[in-house]
Amino acid sequence: MAWFRRERSPLPAHEQESRVPEGLYVKCDSCKEILYRKAVLDNLSVCPKCAFHFRISARLRLELLCDGAWEELDRGLVSADPLAFSDTKAYSDRLRDGKRKTGSLDALVSAVGTLGGIPTVIAAMEYGFIGGSMGVVVGEKVARAVERSASERMPLLVVSCSGGARMMEGTLSLMQMAKISAALARLDAARIPFISLLTDPTTGGVTASFAMLGDVNIAEPGALIGFAGPRVIEQTIRQKLPEGFQRSEFLLQHGMLDMVVDRRELKKTIVRCLHTLLD
Amino acid sequence: MPEDYEAPLLELEKKIDELASQPAAPAVEAEISRLRGELSEKRRQVFASLTPWQKTQVARHPGRPYTLDYVNALFTEFTELHGDRRFAEDPALVCGFAFYKERPVAVLGHQKGRDTKQKIYRNFGMPKPEGYRKALRVMKLAEKFSRPVITFVDTPGAYPGLDAEERGQAEAIAYNLREMAALRVPIIVNVTGEGGSGGALAIAVGDRVNMLEHAVYSVISPEGCASILWRDAGRAPEAADAMKITASDLAALGLVDEIVPEPAGGAQTDPEALFRTLDAVIDAQLRELTAVPPESLPGARHDKFRRMGRLGTEFLETT
Ligand SMILES: [Zn+2]
Repeated sequence: MAWFRRERSPLPAHEQESRVPEGLYVKCDSCKEILYRKAVLDNLSVCPKCAFHFRISARLRLELLCDGAWEELDRGLVSADPLAFSDTKAYSDRLRDGKRKTGSLDALVSAVGTLGGIPTVIAAMEYGFIGGSMGVVVGEKVARAVERSASERMPLLVVSCSGGARMMEGTLSLMQMAKISAALARLDAARIPFISLLTDPTTGGVTASFAMLGDVNIAEPGALIGFAGPRVIEQTIRQKLPEGFQRSEFLLQHGMLDMVVDRRELKKTIVRCLHTLLD
Repeated sequence: MPEDYEAPLLELEKKIDELASQPAAPAVEAEISRLRGELSEKRRQVFASLTPWQKTQVARHPGRPYTLDYVNALFTEFTELHGDRRFAEDPALVCGFAFYKERPVAVLGHQKGRDTKQKIYRNFGMPKPEGYRKALRVMKLAEKFSRPVITFVDTPGAYPGLDAEERGQAEAIAYNLREMAALRVPIIVNVTGEGGSGGALAIAVGDRVNMLEHAVYSVISPEGCASILWRDAGRAPEAADAMKITASDLAALGLVDEIVPEPAGGAQTDPEALFRTLDAVIDAQLRELTAVPPESLPGARHDKFRRMGRLGTEFLETT
């Protein structure tokens, strides 16, 4: 596996598949302020005016968290389209588009890197690839990351950003929840720290498996986090959901998270957590 | 309301009823008997070639046995336990201890209701976090007292409501998945009706996973899938087909261990026959699993789920 140099030059095209749109100026989704794109990127894709957190790609996430270079794991895993699935579009086409958009073969990048000098296994989900959904490749890569963490006794950090299990791989996707949770049971028994970072959005089968199983659960501000999506809940209870429902701050209040941390403070906070948990 | 697959059967049944209401005569008797033969042959044919969407209808049939029906038929001295000791009791998931052929076991499963009042009481078989937490509490008791766990899965899904989200539906399911994987007693899972996504899986991490012939088990309901991918819930039959949710599909993918045959016409036509078949399956599996040293169960269970999604079959490794 190659060690990739941390790039200071402009991000390659697929890296820009973040929520910060193209152009010299961007409009903040939250405060509607017109901002210099560069000012937003220099601020870790956080709005300098209102601290809205733009969604970022998996690779940018790794750059923001790792001290320097990281070693990517299992880069070549690719779905075989096991159900030969097709809806209004063939799943094989969706996979191809996802690859073109993100430069990855599926919705997760896993790596070994260091955080504040601590060697760590880090896996980050890629929302730009079919909504960060979890099929067999994401399941396998997370399971392997967990196993790597256990075998080398390195802490594990998983950054979730996903609409949940991937429908186009059917029940196989559902079973990845059990597969990863079984691997995490072993990591738990081995007493290796696992930090789960939940970002906007983290819903469905991802929340209902590894994202909620961290020894420490941390979320970025304002992230949508839940099991059922807000629309499904509204249809079920036939009423509007209260403001802030299923957002990070709501989950913190309801005891599901240890902390909500601004992206600009994240690395420092995660490193501090690791120091408190490691021997 | 009759489902489409039932139409030709209902027509024959109607004819038989009409004849039966006529004054008795040898010719009428002969015709009735001929039609009965035709009906049973027709039923066999229809049920042997149900589409995935039709199976979804059968799996949801209100006449199908529910968890407490299995408990009454296959177990004795059922002692129901209630509450998660954290927040509430959840009638959508029933748990307890019982005897299975003189052998003490823990038994639990989703519970649907038949009439309107029961449906509401059971929340249509959709548990809230307290249901999953109660289930885990009982499974931990089973581990403490070395009782095998037998579960029955039949739910549209975990309840997607405001209160369920507030109390951590996702966390409750996730925690069950991890803890079930490590439980040091045998776990036998029976998907009897609807295996609705994470809400089903939360009690389905077992050493053996059985599935009734006409049950379905899916990552999202066909209607949910159709409304997201096709933007039209009416395309549910296509979604059911595409997602491969039937017992035979899932056995082929290595996600289900044993398909339990149902009587012609489905479990609801002859529950007693189904109970006998399922009884034999559970009995044999329980014998196998109790012969295994308990400390080696979690390892084997981990490996079983670890293999779901196979290199070279469901995914490939490219360079
Ligand atoms: Zn702003």
